[in-house]
Amino acid sequence: MIKKIILVLLFLPLLAMAEAQPMGDDPAVEERLKALSTELRCLVCQNQTLADSSAPLAEDLRREIRELIAKGMSDKEITDYLVVRYGDFVRYRPPVKSQTLLLWVGPTILLLAGLGGLWWALRKRNALLPDENDNEEGEEA
Amino acid sequence: MKPMLKYLLPLAGFLILVGFFAAGLRLDPREVPSPLIGKPTPAFRLPVLNEAGKTFSPEDMRGQVWLLNVWASWCGACREEHPLLMEMSRSGALPLVGLDYKDTDADGAGVLTQAGNPYKVVATDVDGRVGIDYGVYGVPETYVIDKAGIIRYKQIGPITEESLRDKIMPLVKGLQ
Repeated sequence: MIKKIILVLLFLPLLAMAEAQPMGDDPAVEERLKALSTELRCLVCQNQTLADSSAPLAEDLRREIRELIAKGMSDKEITDYLVVRYGDFVRYRPPVKSQTLLLWVGPTILLLAGLGGLWWALRKRNALLPDENDNEEGEEA
Repeated sequence: MKPMLKYLLPLAGFLILVGFFAAGLRLDPREVPSPLIGKPTPAFRLPVLNEAGKTFSPEDMRGQVWLLNVWASWCGACREEHPLLMEMSRSGALPLVGLDYKDTDADGAGVLTQAGNPYKVVATDVDGRVGIDYGVYGVPETYVIDKAGIIRYKQIGPITEESLRDKIMPLVKGLQ
């Protein structure tokens, strides 16, 4: 008897799972919405994605995106739709253009500068150290 | 000279960083430059607050320089700028159009009866759809729109005496 009760209790969470309301009607739409909204910024709480944010504006924008998906727009078209309204800032991945060039190539420049500095410092240190080959030859002699 | 350089280089690097931080701290991350500046106003037609059956569209304002002020009864910062809007309305410098954003008509109308109504007309954007077309994300927001219906300036957050004196009014005078 106890075993049966435990079994029933164990399966209770499954009931709750079935009861959980889906976000929208169409799972395919929700999947795309989820993927898109993790790439988009919520402008109210700027360090959150649209997917994470519960700000009213984020909810409105998710509703908007849902409708745009239903209209058959591509992901790029939807992103562009939001960029036209809110600017590039709405994207978590900034586009490569003249304004953002430093952002994109900056790390590479810093890395090259660092490697250059390292090479320069090592060369200088080698010049300061007594040459090992010379020493060995000296000992043999 | 060489050992001096050894100490000065990191210091110089540090000062450059401090310079970047100082400049960065002065920037307001909430002020996202609007891509709508220089573009025509997104079209809409919305019901007018307190006037059943009437609608408003930006087209109605063609030929005038006007301000579109996005506000709501639930928005605290809107109360800060309200006296300035009242003053502007009294001076008759230019027509003010309100966009009551994600608000109920009763609440919106309540605020205007209580604090005064600076607007020539108030359109009601109950579900915030027009707000999205205008890139609204932080109420209050104010748009300066020219005679041809082009957005010339966007103020994010409340209008202050400084922004009115230094930016909005000179721009409006120029456009008129």
